[in-house]
Amino acid sequence: MLLSVTDLRKTYTTGDGVVTVLDGVDLSLGAGETLALTGESGSGKSTLLHLVGGLDEADAGRILLDGQDLTAMDDVSRAGMRRGTVGVIFQQFNLIPSLRVEDNISFQARLAGQHDAGWCADLAERMGLTPQLRKYPEQLSGGQQQRVAIARTLAPRPRLVLADEPTGNLDEETAAQVLALMLELVTDTGAGLLMVTHSHDLAARMERQVHLARGRIA
Amino acid sequence: MTRATLQALLSHWIRNPLQLFTLLAGLALATALWSGVQAINAEAAASYDAAAATLGEGTYDQIVARDGGSIPQETYVALRRAGWLVSPVVEGRLSGVRIVGLDPLTAPGGLGPVDPVDTDIAAFLSGAGQIFGQAEVLAGLAELDAQRIEAPDVAPGTAITDIGLAQGLLGLDGQVTRMIVSPEQPLGRPDLAQVAPDVTVQAAQAGSDLGRLTDSFHLNLTAFGLLSFAVGIFIVNGAIGLAFEQRRPVVRTLRALGLPLRRLMALMALELTAMALIAGTLGVALGYVIASLLLPDVAATLGGLYGQSVSGTLQLRPAWWLSGLAVALLGTGLAAAAAFWRLARMPLLASGQRRALTVVAGRAAWVQGAVALVLLAVAGLLALTANGLVAGFALLGTLLIGAALALPLILDRVLALAEGAARSLRAQWFWADTRQQLPGLSLALAALLLAMAANVGVSTMVSSFRLTFSGFLDQRLASELYVTAEDEAQAEALVAFAAPRTRAILPIQSAEAQVRDLPTEVLGARIGPTYVDNWTFLASVPDPWARIAEGSGVAINEQLSRRTGLDLGDAVQLQGRSFTVAGIYGDYGNPIGQAILTEPVFAGLYPQVTPLQFGLRLDLEDVAALRAALTREVGISEGNLIDQAGIKQFSLDVFDRTFMVTTALNVLTLAVAGFAILMSLLTLAALRLPQLAPAWAMGMTRRSLGVVELVRAVMLAVFTAVVALPLGLALAWALLAVVNVAAFGWKLPMFLFPADYARLGLFALGAAALAALWPAWRLARTPPADLLKVFSNER
Amino acid sequence: MNGKVLILCLLPFTAQAQGFAGLGAEAGDFAVPQPDPQFDFPTDHGAHPDYRIEWWYVTANLEAADGTPYGLQWTLFRSALAPETQAGWNDPQLWMGHAAVTTPEAHFVTERIARGGIGQAGVVADPFEAWIDDWRMSGIDTGQLTASGPDFAYDVTLEATGPLIFQGEDGYSVKSAAGQASYYYSQPFYEVTGTLTLPEGEIEVTGNAWLDREWSSQPLAETQTGWDWFSLSFDDGAKMMGFRLRQTDGADFTSATWIAPDGTATPFNDALAATPLETSDVAGRAVPTAWQVQLPERGVDVTVQAINPQAWMDTSVPYWEGPVTVTGSHDGRGYLEMTGYE
Repeated sequence: MLLSVTDLRKTYTTGDGVVTVLDGVDLSLGAGETLALTGESGSGKSTLLHLVGGLDEADAGRILLDGQDLTAMDDVSRAGMRRGTVGVIFQQFNLIPSLRVEDNISFQARLAGQHDAGWCADLAERMGLTPQLRKYPEQLSGGQQQRVAIARTLAPRPRLVLADEPTGNLDEETAAQVLALMLELVTDTGAGLLMVTHSHDLAARMERQVHLARGRIA
Repeated sequence: MTRATLQALLSHWIRNPLQLFTLLAGLALATALWSGVQAINAEAAASYDAAAATLGEGTYDQIVARDGGSIPQETYVALRRAGWLVSPVVEGRLSGVRIVGLDPLTAPGGLGPVDPVDTDIAAFLSGAGQIFGQAEVLAGLAELDAQRIEAPDVAPGTAITDIGLAQGLLGLDGQVTRMIVSPEQPLGRPDLAQVAPDVTVQAAQAGSDLGRLTDSFHLNLTAFGLLSFAVGIFIVNGAIGLAFEQRRPVVRTLRALGLPLRRLMALMALELTAMALIAGTLGVALGYVIASLLLPDVAATLGGLYGQSVSGTLQLRPAWWLSGLAVALLGTGLAAAAAFWRLARMPLLASGQRRALTVVAGRAAWVQGAVALVLLAVAGLLALTANGLVAGFALLGTLLIGAALALPLILDRVLALAEGAARSLRAQWFWADTRQQLPGLSLALAALLLAMAANVGVSTMVSSFRLTFSGFLDQRLASELYVTAEDEAQAEALVAFAAPRTRAILPIQSAEAQVRDLPTEVLGARIGPTYVDNWTFLASVPDPWARIAEGSGVAINEQLSRRTGLDLGDAVQLQGRSFTVAGIYGDYGNPIGQAILTEPVFAGLYPQVTPLQFGLRLDLEDVAALRAALTREVGISEGNLIDQAGIKQFSLDVFDRTFMVTTALNVLTLAVAGFAILMSLLTLAALRLPQLAPAWAMGMTRRSLGVVELVRAVMLAVFTAVVALPLGLALAWALLAVVNVAAFGWKLPMFLFPADYARLGLFALGAAALAALWPAWRLARTPPADLLKVFSNER
Repeated sequence: MNGKVLILCLLPFTAQAQGFAGLGAEAGDFAVPQPDPQFDFPTDHGAHPDYRIEWWYVTANLEAADGTPYGLQWTLFRSALAPETQAGWNDPQLWMGHAAVTTPEAHFVTERIARGGIGQAGVVADPFEAWIDDWRMSGIDTGQLTASGPDFAYDVTLEATGPLIFQGEDGYSVKSAAGQASYYYSQPFYEVTGTLTLPEGEIEVTGNAWLDREWSSQPLAETQTGWDWFSLSFDDGAKMMGFRLRQTDGADFTSATWIAPDGTATPFNDALAATPLETSDVAGRAVPTAWQVQLPERGVDVTVQAINPQAWMDTSVPYWEGPVTVTGSHDGRGYLEMTGYE
């Protein structure tokens, strides 16, 4: 099993008191498997994704990723997981504005020390970004920017790809294209994909769907 | 990982050269101000040290002739043979160079600033001899046989050589100018008067008086140095804060992509250090330029005011090079520490939104207010009790820092009141929005406050000084024409010739004395209408000139009064006779004490003094004719005739030059404060988009938003100026009544110059407006899409 | 700046670091002592500006009424930059005075430096007067000796009770195998009375003094690093002067003069043996302050012990100089001078 989440719990303290976001979530995902995580706003789906991506710390429960216990790791080790094993695709793309497209694509692979120029060129080609390689992110459309972000995430060949509303900032047509490309590439690399979305149409294109409500799997 | 990260970090600057420029320029400007002032100070101080080392003044007691002339060499030998460990010095001018002849065998300080290690003393003592001095001095002595050796530490305009050679050069064979008294003397030494009745010991204080005078000028500059440092730290803080704010989203992305926080901070620290070094180097170079532009004025000022020569050229001294770089690094470190702290605490998942600044609130405001209050209270206490330079500067420091801390709180209150009083919604929004912007601007506004207060304070001091001084000149330079005779015969001829052609002839004659151990110049005055009508006393008994004229009274200057505690009615001993203080007069710029007796009494006490200098009273229109006649008939050379207008103009010129330096530094300080405002506004611009977007959405045009920004900056500057005015006046008072008394020994009356303040206020507003212009223009041209994004990004 | 460094640069005998204090420097244009000297008094009591170096050197063993022993030193050195003299500041004759008082517990020392030519320092042969600043020695047969420092002063009278003694071969004193020599005579028969002024007050003293007069241009060989010099007065009235010159090769050059109570002087070359018995830590150096001194020809085998081992002369050219006690085959007292201990 690539990912195995057991009894995951997370609470936040806000001005209104303690809010329980995840209240004992169990989840598993195999290599090469795609899974959609749906739910209303505030259902905890983004939080779950952040915990699995090593961006945040859980209060209780276990996350086993590729056999390693993410919940037992310190900040530096989790940063190491983020560099190579797991890749996150954000809704706002989060490209580095001062780097050219080609440098953005290869950036994470270089951070992880797994740079493969041929693979990066291949990714750019398949994402239709070859004419844009010398441009800066601000010169690209939203769809193009998200394709750069997807290529960047896949460049170090992560075992697990996490996507947080990856098409949320794109129009419907572009969203469909980008999603198709993402699915195709993830499948090709054999990585697992966990995508957070509130769109049932998008969710329907994944092999499995899990619905989250009030911090639990429904 | 490191390379990729560095590429990502550095590419930011390549894509945003303007930000890079503001950061480097801010750092460089701050460093330049600091190191420029330091350079001037270091250069002038080095000159003084060299002078002091040459003369042994201030360090050692000196023996001088009672009549102020030279001392026979036999007196020196007699003193040595009586057991007095003294060392002879002969001094004089040759081709415009001050020649100082020393005897290295007996001088307690050896050859002063001449490095002994490279010195061939046998050559110094014998044969054609050696002369040490700076290159330009040696160039002026090219015709001499002596070996000329460059010695950079010798005071400018001075050459050091053996006493024997100097006596020959100066035509003073067998004579010494003065003697340095060794601090360690043998047992059983007879009294000086027993061995040499014609000489007298001048305590080392006589020398340090000079030191104190020049010290006060340096303190003045040092105060500016500190002020510019403070302003510089503000500006560096602004620059660094800006750089960090702008890169917050990138930082978050880098961390999300798996860059450990510690590695990121280390790399950013490395990046900043490199920037600080580059900017620091630029700043030091810039400071060097500032200093070399100002130094001639400083040199002229010191030369004119105190008769001290300071080399007009600048040497690159490692001390201020290093201190400049250290300030750049320190300033960066201080400013970056806060930014790093925020960065380390920024949660990984914090919204990518840039941080919105909020009003200083709650505890923090309380603490800041309490500290400001304590500082201001200490300042108040010091104002009542301070005496001495250290206390004076502590007063300045507590006053300035206290006010800077209090400023944001005061402004916040003012804005809150305005908000409450606002009638229209738009006005309310304006005040509230300004209030929200305040924390981000408060550092820059504090810098502006300090700059303005310094401007007001220093210009008040300068103008008061000038006003007082020109009044003083009117009093002291009452005679229309001043004539110096070459010898007694010429003096007699002069008096005989001038008597029928003038209203009065006033001899100018003086003798040196010690009054309660303070070196004092005793003047013999021919009391008449010139004195009675023109002199104003700071304090006097009724009809003081009558008391002096009858022989029982003496007038003393303020320096003598303050340093010795002599007051009206106290007795002053001169040559064994006792006189009562009848008046105390202001005597600005004089380092030593002064006492005025009536002419007959003076002649009785100092029969050896015959006046060679005279003030002539006559109608102004007759001055030119009498000048010509004196030259023609009595043979007085042109150089020995000075008319009052000339002296006055010269004296005022000297003062004006002094303050040109201060003015130049003031303008620079203001410019730097303006730059700080610019940077703060640029920092705020991006942060404030979410706050401005709703206003835009509700119907305000981008253009009017820009105008509002500009108005806001000017308005905040106005508020700051209003606070700065009383602060500046308090500063001026501290400078005039505390620092000046401690440094110079006299108190200056304080005058107010509203027109100057208005002009300064306008300058400050101009600086603020200029600084706000570009950010406002940028705001006015913000693409609507950027404003819209604010809404689309909010989830 | 350090005045001492300056003075060190200045004194010609330190300018070249050869032998102790540069005394091994080449004579150059200066006159050189020759054998079989003919002295001419009183002229020769005065200065000899043609020679590079000269001294008037008085040491005295004194005693207070309570029996406390004291040592006194008064020295005037002349050192010439050139073999000439003239009036005024350009006179190349430089003068240096050393004065000291040694008690069993303390050692007071001071120094003066002056130029000739202006009257601040010099020597007049007749009537004899040698002076630097307020320090004075006036008269050879009957004289007065004064000096003062920051913490001490003295004023004593000297009364010669015997003849002048000519050291070496009739006053030609050889200092090395290579033949370096000086003119050297002494007056070891002074009786002294006078007053020492010390921090604890004035002290009346009596005792004996010894004057050494020596001048030369290159008194030491280049290979000689220092000397140990003894002037001993035995209780039986006989006196002995002896010195050991230490060489860089470890060998010694010794010379001695035996002075009978009637003033008859007998020179001895390479007969004296001086062996350090113990050393003291003085000014950071190991200095021998107890000696075995032997002159077998006169049956002398004595232990010489410093009264105050810390009698260090902290002057421009530092050295050790102080009073000693003598015990063994002969009892008595004397003075010890040691140079070149680095």
